[in-house]
Amino acid sequence: MPQSLQTIAYLVAGVLFILSLGGLSNQESARRGNVFGIVGMLIALVATAASPAVSGYGVLAGAIGVGAVIGAILAARVAMTSMPQLVAILHSFVGAAAVLVGVASFLSPPADLGGTEAVIHEVEVFLGVFIGAITFTGSVVAYGKLQGLIRSKPLLLPGRHWGNLAMIAVCLWLGAQFLAAKEHAGLQPLLIMTAIAGVLGVHLVMAIGGADMPVVVSMLNSYSGWAAAAAGFMLANDLLIITGALVGSSGAILSYIMCKAMNRSIASVIFGGFGAEEGAAPAKGAGEPQGEVVSVTAAETAALLGTAKRVVVVPGYGMAVAQAQYPLWEVAKLLRDRGVNVRFAIHPVAGRLPGHMNVLLAEAKVPYDIVLEMDEINEDFPETDAVLVIGANDIVNPGALDDTSSPIYGMPVLEVWKAKTCVVMKRSMASGYAGVENPLFFKENTRMLFGDAKKTVDAILGELRNAPGSGAKAA
Amino acid sequence: MLVAIPREVRPGERRVAATPETTARLTKLGFDVSVEAGAGEKASFSDEDYEKAGASIVPDTAELWANADIVLKVQPPEEHPTLGKHEADLLREKQTLVCFVWPAKNKELIQRIAAHKATLLGIDQVPRVTRAQKMDALSSMANIAGYRAVIEAASFFGRFFTGQMTAAGKVPPAKVLVIGAGVAGLAAIGAARGLGAIVRAFDTRPAVKEQVKSMGADFLEVTLEEDGTGEGGYAKEMSPAFIEAEMALFAAQAKDVDIIVTTALVPGKPAPVLITKAMVDSMRSGSVIVDLAAEAGGNCAVTRPGEVIVHHGVTVIGFVDLPSRLAPTASQLYGTNLTHLLADMGGAKSWHVDLDDEVIRGALVLLDGELMWPPPRKPEPEQKSRPKHPPSTLPPPEAKKLEDAKKAEDAKKHPAARQAGAGSAIALLLAAAALGGLGLVAPASFLAHFTVFVLACFIGWQVVWNVTPALHTPLMSVTNAISGIILIGGMLQVSGPIAAPVTLLGAIAVLIATINISGGFLVTQRMLRMFQR
Repeated sequence: MPQSLQTIAYLVAGVLFILSLGGLSNQESARRGNVFGIVGMLIALVATAASPAVSGYGVLAGAIGVGAVIGAILAARVAMTSMPQLVAILHSFVGAAAVLVGVASFLSPPADLGGTEAVIHEVEVFLGVFIGAITFTGSVVAYGKLQGLIRSKPLLLPGRHWGNLAMIAVCLWLGAQFLAAKEHAGLQPLLIMTAIAGVLGVHLVMAIGGADMPVVVSMLNSYSGWAAAAAGFMLANDLLIITGALVGSSGAILSYIMCKAMNRSIASVIFGGFGAEEGAAPAKGAGEPQGEVVSVTAAETAALLGTAKRVVVVPGYGMAVAQAQYPLWEVAKLLRDRGVNVRFAIHPVAGRLPGHMNVLLAEAKVPYDIVLEMDEINEDFPETDAVLVIGANDIVNPGALDDTSSPIYGMPVLEVWKAKTCVVMKRSMASGYAGVENPLFFKENTRMLFGDAKKTVDAILGELRNAPGSGAKAA
Repeated sequence: MLVAIPREVRPGERRVAATPETTARLTKLGFDVSVEAGAGEKASFSDEDYEKAGASIVPDTAELWANADIVLKVQPPEEHPTLGKHEADLLREKQTLVCFVWPAKNKELIQRIAAHKATLLGIDQVPRVTRAQKMDALSSMANIAGYRAVIEAASFFGRFFTGQMTAAGKVPPAKVLVIGAGVAGLAAIGAARGLGAIVRAFDTRPAVKEQVKSMGADFLEVTLEEDGTGEGGYAKEMSPAFIEAEMALFAAQAKDVDIIVTTALVPGKPAPVLITKAMVDSMRSGSVIVDLAAEAGGNCAVTRPGEVIVHHGVTVIGFVDLPSRLAPTASQLYGTNLTHLLADMGGAKSWHVDLDDEVIRGALVLLDGELMWPPPRKPEPEQKSRPKHPPSTLPPPEAKKLEDAKKAEDAKKHPAARQAGAGSAIALLLAAAALGGLGLVAPASFLAHFTVFVLACFIGWQVVWNVTPALHTPLMSVTNAISGIILIGGMLQVSGPIAAPVTLLGAIAVLIATINISGGFLVTQRMLRMFQR
């Protein structure tokens, strides 16, 4: 295939990738967008395979075949609750691939480079490998934490910020060595740097706890994009650059949204270990009960829901853990059939992945037009008769709005306490991830419903089914 | 022109035809107003209040009537208890009386007034057209009656209206059935909803369904389709089959609800009996029925007009004076209706009876003693639109304001707007310096790629902000898949000798990047398939 035709093919692929992301702007066009992405990828593959630079088709076919099958199996098997893990591990693959491509590109550089171009190429290689290595090990650790293989508590080494700085400094020094080295002698500093960057990636993510994972995962998403873009620079391949830039900025935006929703600065995520100062809070807060807690039974909750006109359900990670989304939707369906206005409210950082709750609810066949974002529904709470908070804690903490001493002060939250009655389903009175006491539980209009989320929702469902309908449809 | 406001003589009538406020408006129209001493007493308006508003207080009833050009009253004239004379006989030639007349059932009274060659306007005869809404006393009284009906029901009902979950246990909400969703029915729905009850409403006119729903009540329907829309905003009588279905519905509802408010009236006919004795028997003890049609015989078989009875533990309220039980407000609204009518008739300066004015002609019963009622029939000019806007629907300007506010908020959220601040200026300078440096040293081939990179970042930024938050997870998995494009890098490197480290590295890169691509796209597809409306 002539070079110019390949360029055109890459251009088309790039446009299709942009359309693919654009398609995700709403649910109707999303599937078409994904198809665009697949077509773009196929075009890019074929164009590359047909280029004169590629001839090792046997190896290529083998690698692609095996990879495609593994990918397909992963995609088909993964449970929706495990999506964060899958996304994390896929990020690590991109990171690893970037490292491999970078090292290989160093070993066999493009032939016709002279002077400045050669230096720039080496800088690109070094940078690409650095980002790739951080992405790789960081994603592996994130996977381990999400999968429960590694303790999700943040690992806070003393003087860790200095440690990070030292590692970056060493990498910079190695970079200088790498650029100064002749021929393949640069391989040694490159590999040492890769190892140090790997440690840095591990350390950065280890310092971050479970509930902050949405930010980390989207950050890693961004890194993997930048790694791909760096690879594009070293290979002088525009398609890689475009794609990398798209993915990189997408991840950056997601991280920004997540940070905003948690009221944290991007810097604290990049350097890891936010929550350091909050570490002291649980000990103080947990010991002081703040008032009376009124608990209710599933039957009473069912009765409350049965008489409500407007109900909002606020799901959190607890719902995902208990797999309660299916009976929950059954409850919602039943209520909707009786003319109750039931909606779901999603906080941006609910779950372990941006948009995770939406996917789980979609899996349970909840129609997406009754699933609303925080900004869309917050002003409706005063007119809501009953709110059902299931497995969420910090995202409904009124302290975030009015208690300046609260570690999560300033974080936007779902204002569920403004509803007439708010039922909080929880396993126990334990604090949420942030370790902050939640004043919501002690509010006058809050009722606590203790127990496993799924069993409790099942019980409510049973009560609702037994109770006669409100009679509104008697005619 | 002297307008006289006599004290109402009917026992139990607390309303008065003008309040101090409407008196002031009448004087503004150029009328002199004289008020009988104590006329507003039962509606909590003192003689001093009237005097302050510009009225003169006349203690002698006969004198008041004799001097007046226009007499404003609430109830039709009747035997005056202290004067020993019929109020109609106090009228004289060239005098105008405005009050509720009910000419269809008060023929004798009209003859008696006609004998005095007076002019009589029935405020109840004002046609229900849009222009006349401001003088539609029937609507303003019905509104009050509907509200008061619920308040009366609440006072006889032994429970909360609103359901509550207290620490001491659960209290179920009251269920209220409103039959007839006219002005009174809608007001009753609004009041009951306001108290927190579950409200259902029934009406034979399908057109009111929207109004009922907007007030927050369920609209009950029978399976039979028949439009009960009659003239002048009333319902017409329905077919036997429809009535049968309707009665079955009421029978079922009677067993379920705690409170029934009936407001069904068919003009010129006795009120239809909708709640039979058997239905009342089937209701739970402690339930309450308020029959707003009591005066026309009642919608409930056991209603006794003007009385509250207890039948099988069910309280049946047959008050016929509900508006009068809210006398200050009722007087205020009624007085305002009358003021509007007088203003439409030219005020004091150009007072006349305009026979071409559809509204005045409709209200006119006697002109100088000559019977003008019923007015000649005209084709129904227009559907009467509801005088009352359901409070829950926002008037358009307000809705628009909300929308604008939302837009402004969206604008705030837009990424471009966030970049303000002093720090950004420094960042800009740094970026400019870096770009300048790059431009000086970098070779052309690099800059070409750099251009592509920067532009792609901007496109990505623009495109991704449009992604709906609900699709953030699919966004991550799809970007994951396309970042597998790094595969191309690997592909370009696998073509060397099979054992070379470069080939090996490239092959591994291709393998894992392919996992990414196929896994990412397929899982995205799987997820997106789940999203459904």
